[in-house]
Amino acid sequence: MAEYQNLFTRVQVEAPHYAGVPHSPKGIWSRGVKASASYWLGKVGDAQIGPFYLGTTGVLSILFFILAFEIIGLNMLASVNWNPLQFVRQLFWLALEPPAPEYGLRLPPLAHGGWWLMAGMFLTASVILWWIRTYSLARKLKLGTHTAWAFASAIWLFLVLGFIRPVMMGSWSEAVPFGIFAHLDWTAAFSLRYGNLLYNPFHALSIVFLYGSVLLFAMHAGTIMAVSRFGGEREVEQALDRGTASERAALFWRWTMGFNATMESIHRWAWWFAVLCTLTGGIGILLTGTAVDNWYLWAVKHGVAPAYPPTFPAVTDPALLSGGAP
Amino acid sequence: MNMSNRIKLAAILGVVLLAGCGERPPITTVQLGFRGTGMEQNYNPRLQEKVAAANQVGAVQPAADPSGPLAKDIYQNVEVLSDLSVGEFVRVMTSMTEWVAPAEQKDCTYCHNIEDMADGSKYTYKVARRMLQMTRDINSNWKSHVQETGVTCHTCHRGQPVPSYVWFQDPGSGRENAFVGTRAGQNSAVTGLGITTIGHSSLPYDPYTPFLLGSLPIRVEGETALPTGNRSSIQQAEWTYSLMVHMSNSLGVNCTYCHNTRAWASWEESRPQRATAWYGIRMARQVNNDYMVPLTDVFPAKRLGPTGDVAKVNCQTCHQGVYKPYYGASMAKDYPELQRARPLPEAAVEALPADPADPAAGASAPAEAPAAVAAPVAEAPVRGPAPEGQARSG
Repeated sequence: MAEYQNLFTRVQVEAPHYAGVPHSPKGIWSRGVKASASYWLGKVGDAQIGPFYLGTTGVLSILFFILAFEIIGLNMLASVNWNPLQFVRQLFWLALEPPAPEYGLRLPPLAHGGWWLMAGMFLTASVILWWIRTYSLARKLKLGTHTAWAFASAIWLFLVLGFIRPVMMGSWSEAVPFGIFAHLDWTAAFSLRYGNLLYNPFHALSIVFLYGSVLLFAMHAGTIMAVSRFGGEREVEQALDRGTASERAALFWRWTMGFNATMESIHRWAWWFAVLCTLTGGIGILLTGTAVDNWYLWAVKHGVAPAYPPTFPAVTDPALLSGGAP
Repeated sequence: MNMSNRIKLAAILGVVLLAGCGERPPITTVQLGFRGTGMEQNYNPRLQEKVAAANQVGAVQPAADPSGPLAKDIYQNVEVLSDLSVGEFVRVMTSMTEWVAPAEQKDCTYCHNIEDMADGSKYTYKVARRMLQMTRDINSNWKSHVQETGVTCHTCHRGQPVPSYVWFQDPGSGRENAFVGTRAGQNSAVTGLGITTIGHSSLPYDPYTPFLLGSLPIRVEGETALPTGNRSSIQQAEWTYSLMVHMSNSLGVNCTYCHNTRAWASWEESRPQRATAWYGIRMARQVNNDYMVPLTDVFPAKRLGPTGDVAKVNCQTCHQGVYKPYYGASMAKDYPELQRARPLPEAAVEALPADPADPAAGASAPAEAPAAVAAPVAEAPVRGPAPEGQARSG
């Protein structure tokens, strides 16, 4: 029996390459036939690489992604006057900004948000094409479409941030810049503008599902690796035919918290937590600015935010006192 | 590897990782607000020693006798300090040499023509005269910010002809109108002036032009739970954020020194320091517009910024990393000469010319709006698409 108490997978199954189930190829890019094996990839996953199958949607998706990536990257490179050293040094700071507010939803000049709009359009096309591919591959393999719908939940948040909410607010400037620090600054500024996102209940739900996903992932992966010495990694068989691995895992969690998931239900828990993270997050973003302008005041209004006793003398807005005079 | 070796390895790795953080613990924390609200100040006592050493009050000259003949009756071309006795006047001059003249020229000649002390042709002479008016203006009219602590030349200059912390307008990246790669005044690790950006962030790197020279609205946060017409944009919020980070850096304090961060806009939950800071923003704005900008043509080119603008003040110019300049120690109290101009004895008033020519033109007239504010550059923050009337002033 192979041991699983290791950072890396210690079992590499060597077998003839698996070519996949037959399907009727459509489109100009059909499935490849060649496959190879990599010992080192086998350390972290399956050793078999290929055969590849991008299909029309896959090729177009990659093409659009490259276009978006190039627009963003070349704008960043241009912003440091095409200096490759500065590009590397300042990479975390560089960004492609959305248009300024005065452009509203109109088409701005390329240099003042046009490139951003174009990059966003290509990126959206790429993501949606990749979703279609995810869905159709699942259908071709006679799988359920769970992965596609989980991906759709992430795309929902992406579209809310970059398209749906800006359109509802009537301004592209509301959208997120493409850039590492820049999108973090946007996040902080978004919360500052709309009165503290931490009081947004959908934001709170999203955090619950985010941290919950991490917790479930750790619990599940830990459990399965812990019982793999009893054959517990054969989760699918054990869902119906519980062996000692499944029983021990269940007993461990009942002793720990009085309740346990099953070999089947744990995956539904994980799927829903992951899906709800971006689903609720998207709702929270969509309501901000459109339905609620200040989440803190909203929370006060609904008795959510507590009041604290004063610890310093009352302060009055100086703008009301003197109108700005010293 | 046995267990104790593993623990040792983990400990070593942990230390190596923490070493990259720059500031080692312990950090001193001071509670400022109600428990649980996170209103705390964090200080690194080891860094504070350095800051404290750099923020000691300057030398104070022995007090001078306010009685005796007035300087304006003894010396020629005395316009600003006309209410001072000769003793006081000389004391101020000596102090200014100490506070402002460069190390290699610590004598009267930095500002004066030694042949004719009344000769006002040196630019330093003209600037110094205007700065004296500014100091008195601040000490008498801006008590809302400087209170009784007041300011002297040393508050900003600290023994140097140009204060360590002044700002010039950023020349930008030179790509403002390029086909690709515009930065919108942000998103770089260094500014066009080659200095590190605000708090090492990607935020707009010149919050001074719109807020400390111009008076664009600073307040962006929604004032009501549900939308009622506040069209401040997220991009505007980034400019405000940038200004606030500048203030935090300049004063060496956290956001919670003024704000309860759960409700930034709420004055009810803010500390009184926030009101002081509010006046400080207006004070810096007035100093820049009434005193610095009108002096632009007086300065030689070497003293001007890359866009030809004059050196201007921001919060750091006086505060220099401390919540109150010199931790609240007052130099100005030892310098009654730099307080409000004293009423002259009646005889002296009669002796004054009816309408003294004011060499510092524009002292009382409204300062001409600097071009950059009158016509915002492409990268300056802009308001949302809503009608102007809906934006609130900061």
